[in-house]
Amino acid sequence: MNGDRIIRVEHLKKYFPVEKGFLERLLTRTRNYVKAVDDVSFSVLKGEVFTLAGESGCGKSTTGKLIVRLIPPTSGKIYFNETDITKLQKEQLRITRRRLQIIFQDPYASLNPRMKIGQSVGHPLEIHGIAKGSEKRKKVLEILERVGLVPPEQFMNLYPYQLSGGQRQRIAMARSLILRPEFIVADEPVSMIDVSLRTTIIDLMLDLRKELELTYLFITHDLAIAKYISDRVAVMYLGKIVEMGSKQEIFTNPTHPYTQALLSAIPVPTPERKKKTLELKGEVSSAINIPPGCRFNPRCSYSTDKCKKTEPELIETTKGHFVACYKAEA
Amino acid sequence: MIQKPQHLLTVEGLTAEYCAQRGRIIAVEDVSFSLDKGETLGVVGESGSGKSTLGLSLIHLVPYPGRIVKGTILLEGQNVLKLGKEKTRDLRGRRISYVFQDPMTSLNPVERIKDHFVELIRTHEPKVTKADAITRARKLFKDVGIQPERIDDYPHQLSGGMRQRVMIALALALDPSIVIADEPTTALDVIVQAKILDLLKSLQNRYGMALMLITHDLSIVLERSDKIIVMYAGRIVEQAPSSTLYTHTQHPYSQGLLKSIPNIELEEQKLTAIGGSPPDLLHPPIGCQFWPRCQYIMEICKIKEPPLFKTGIDHLVRCHLYAGETSG
Repeated sequence: MNGDRIIRVEHLKKYFPVEKGFLERLLTRTRNYVKAVDDVSFSVLKGEVFTLAGESGCGKSTTGKLIVRLIPPTSGKIYFNETDITKLQKEQLRITRRRLQIIFQDPYASLNPRMKIGQSVGHPLEIHGIAKGSEKRKKVLEILERVGLVPPEQFMNLYPYQLSGGQRQRIAMARSLILRPEFIVADEPVSMIDVSLRTTIIDLMLDLRKELELTYLFITHDLAIAKYISDRVAVMYLGKIVEMGSKQEIFTNPTHPYTQALLSAIPVPTPERKKKTLELKGEVSSAINIPPGCRFNPRCSYSTDKCKKTEPELIETTKGHFVACYKAEA
Repeated sequence: MIQKPQHLLTVEGLTAEYCAQRGRIIAVEDVSFSLDKGETLGVVGESGSGKSTLGLSLIHLVPYPGRIVKGTILLEGQNVLKLGKEKTRDLRGRRISYVFQDPMTSLNPVERIKDHFVELIRTHEPKVTKADAITRARKLFKDVGIQPERIDDYPHQLSGGMRQRVMIALALALDPSIVIADEPTTALDVIVQAKILDLLKSLQNRYGMALMLITHDLSIVLERSDKIIVMYAGRIVEQAPSSTLYTHTQHPYSQGLLKSIPNIELEEQKLTAIGGSPPDLLHPPIGCQFWPRCQYIMEICKIKEPPLFKTGIDHLVRCHLYAGETSG
């Protein structure tokens, strides 16, 4: 890690309009929006594993998709190696994508069932006009071997249905790595894989990071995995980052009440539940009607009048540790 | 038949298979265990280990083309597999109830929540009036922590966590002696998961039912069960009280599982993966099912499948490494 920022996100927002029924459209003019990502700023340093963690609906996957420009942002800026990529159009975007790749959660849905493994993995090379024919084949074999699918010749002619979930996820990795990207968004890459195989995929990711000088944006709901894999972690709640810091800071000194509750809820592989789950009131509010003030206040046991009125900013409490909570400021 | 009235449930030599087009798959092979009142049994295994088929067998509900080949399931001394149609229906829901993994698809989307309760209660207890059934549903809603007014809602109006609470309330509606929860929290977020598991525990303390918790998550079963069955390729590979399983983990597969799951409470942790992948059940290996992935492999492992060896009080292990111990 040399401290250079490979990705810088500033005030990123993504609002999805809510579809209305015919009558509603006639009777009301206001449009509702799902505020999936609501003003998020962070940087990812070259060579690190930066994790976005949070529960379903917190906007972590949307953020990942925005960064590789699979969906356009509502507002905000995304800098890749200090170049704004939010405005890139077709051709430029295609060229940039070679260096920015994404691995999806579901290896059963992310591979074309009618394409042989060799075709799937080699396809990006054709799209980008990098290699054809025997050269393509050589590159495919090389990358398959690299992700641990040996002997690679055997896998070339198989279809996805002939592979296990773990093998498919390796294929998905091979496909994204074949373009030699610098930055990879890994969106819950192990959550659909059997427990005994998860570690192999995670270790493979970490090995490849060193070998190929990769940087990862890792997206997960599983904080235990986040702790194992990350250098830095950002915890998201309802479209916003509520706490961000080094792995050590987040796990030994969690400051935001939401992070604390999240950590207390994680099962630990030991007999007898020692810790008590911190009580959180109610459930996550709707991303359409975000509560005024701190968006976490309806569930927070430390909520004050101030929390109900104005939203706390994400501020640095100790070096590199950012928290969006008035309790932490005091 | 020897009856063992001291246990609430006794399963002996249960074997279940699926006759697929491509061949026969033995999903559950020679499984035996017992369950007592108020006890929590954790069943842990990966996909394809047979844990769900085991759960479904207990209510005689293995889906076609599956069937139970042999074995006995004694519930309070009565063989579940020998019951007639009527009695089997009475078994499901009233004596053993089931909480399925996916609360989104287990409720009827075009019926109000209260109608689910009315239908369930009146099917089993025809004399109960509709009003009484609704009263009971309201009380159950209080038990599982939802406002009673919500029984008028449709399933889509509830969140995932609330739907799973509804499923638990339905499972408790007929006061069963055993609740089988098959991955009850897999579709839910961690905070909701912890709440649901706490809820199951408190309801168990209140009503004294036995709980069979089926999951792929070893952390959950270690934290929440009294005893644990580890399944691999349809077999029990290790069975022990949860504290024993943690302190004296014996089967190489259980050891591997423990080493491969991250523990958030540890400062630095080096995870080691179990190499290889679970066997193809259509072409299972000869001998021990785990040998292709085992680091302690011996010649005998490839020839003969080990029986369950008894290595301690209530501790059974299916591994040749423990062959010196008495065969259980």
